[in-house]
Amino acid sequence: MGAIDEIWRGLRVTGRLFSRGIRGKDIVTTEYPKEMRAKPQRFHGRHVLNRYPDGMEKCIGCELCAGACPARCIYVRGADNPSGEPVSPGERYGFVYEINMLRCIFCGLCVEACPTEAITMTHLFEMSTTNRDDAIYTRTELLMDRQGGVPHMFPNDPLADPAELLTADGWLRATAPSGAVAYDNVMAWQGTPGPASWDPEPDQDARDA
Amino acid sequence: MDGIDILIVVGRVVATFVLLMLVTIINVWLERKVVADMQNRIGPDRAGPWGILQTVADGLKLFFKEQVTPRKVELGMYLLAPFLAVIPAFLIFLMVPWGRPFTIGERTVILQGADLNIGLLFILAMSSMAVYAVVLAGWSSGSKYPLLGGVRATAQAISYEAAMGLSMVAVVMYSATSGDGATLSLAEMVDRQAGTFADVFPGIAVVAQFIPRWNLFPQVVAFVIFFLAILAETNRAPFDLVEAEQELVGGFHTEYSGMRFAMFFLAEYVNIFSMCALAATLFLGGWNGPTWEGTLPGFISAVLPTVWLFMKTYVLIFVFFWIRATLPRLRYDQLMALGWKRLIPGALLWLVVTTVLISIRQFGLPWS
Repeated sequence: MGAIDEIWRGLRVTGRLFSRGIRGKDIVTTEYPKEMRAKPQRFHGRHVLNRYPDGMEKCIGCELCAGACPARCIYVRGADNPSGEPVSPGERYGFVYEINMLRCIFCGLCVEACPTEAITMTHLFEMSTTNRDDAIYTRTELLMDRQGGVPHMFPNDPLADPAELLTADGWLRATAPSGAVAYDNVMAWQGTPGPASWDPEPDQDARDA
Repeated sequence: MDGIDILIVVGRVVATFVLLMLVTIINVWLERKVVADMQNRIGPDRAGPWGILQTVADGLKLFFKEQVTPRKVELGMYLLAPFLAVIPAFLIFLMVPWGRPFTIGERTVILQGADLNIGLLFILAMSSMAVYAVVLAGWSSGSKYPLLGGVRATAQAISYEAAMGLSMVAVVMYSATSGDGATLSLAEMVDRQAGTFADVFPGIAVVAQFIPRWNLFPQVVAFVIFFLAILAETNRAPFDLVEAEQELVGGFHTEYSGMRFAMFFLAEYVNIFSMCALAATLFLGGWNGPTWEGTLPGFISAVLPTVWLFMKTYVLIFVFFWIRATLPRLRYDQLMALGWKRLIPGALLWLVVTTVLISIRQFGLPWS
């Protein structure tokens, strides 16, 4: 009897798994808060707005990220830099910068669109809130401080791991540190958010010139 | 019948009810744990030690949930259906003796809801009643998925009830030969399975004394058919077309929520336990088993029959879970083909074989 044979074969498989499972072997479940799995290097987590090493904001309020966003979750309003103390090295800066994390699909297109690498993604993904308003991240939450640290939304949470905010997904460099668009078709990846502190590319000077 | 007798009857019924509720709490948890082990998962482990209070937590949650009533329901039937599901499920177990009768003073207390002399017939009637709950729930919900589930339930129940009844007939006929005439009382059928086959075949007592006199051994074909039929009757995988989640959302209970859904859930698990206990009673000797009276303290000997019945029942329930974790759902035509082309002819054939064998044993070979 073919069918009974097949059924018996199937029952043997589950029976074997049961005899192992009841002894706690071969369990594949990761008990999440107790044990954290290592995240891949290019994990797409919470965004962060970067600064230059001198403390200037990188965002120039161009709204390209908002335009690239397929979920339409980014709202940017640029404003002219105050003449006395400029916020960003360019003419304008991101006066309002909001991301609705409830709509964000974490595709990373904003990161790719950004001409100044102002917005990058980190490894933090624990962002649940009890309030819809809390899910809209503004400049206060997104922007890193002048020392390169990133504020955590829930610093007192037992799950809060500030290191996650300092690990960036590898993101594509579009411009040289000098700001010139010299990285067309060159893949260069940066593992941390924050001030641009990378070494120049081997032939960067030639291209920048 | 004086006041104490009535009190004993009430006590028996309440005890049976409480037993079923406790067993259901354990069974839901056990199923989730067993299936989790078979699928390399952990299963519920948050509520209580090993998650054993998970069912209690779920029950409490369902109790406090909103009971949504869709606009298009036939209200009367819609409200009645959950009760129609639960009541027969509990009534079935009332017939199953779950321990050895004991004597207090001059009164004999049977550990059984009620010892009807038509117990098996009553069980068949009640298991048919349970189908009405599914059909009415499906129809009165006023929605297509429950309706499809209800219609499937009708066809499935009719097909498999027949096989179940026919396999029971063979057992009843067989057990008629091992006692004084035929009986449909489950307590009586348990009594007739006491002892070993040495009583039947004294010639081979050396071997037969180790084989308990269960109906399983002479009626193994009936047992297989009965087991498959109760698997289908309780709408368990692989026969759970009634609530096929992938096709019918939740089947007949799609439109039920809160406590009304909990009633269907309760009925399903009470049915599983009752039917497995029934199978254990009919085929595996019920509460019969060694009690080592005299060697063990008296109270342990008194509890052991109940323990034996539960062990037998849980072996069958484990097989239920095992099959559920293993086999994919049957297609509808496969379900019907198995019922009408395999189980019912098989049961009929086995009925004839049993009849012939019994006749030969009683009247001798026709040519001698």
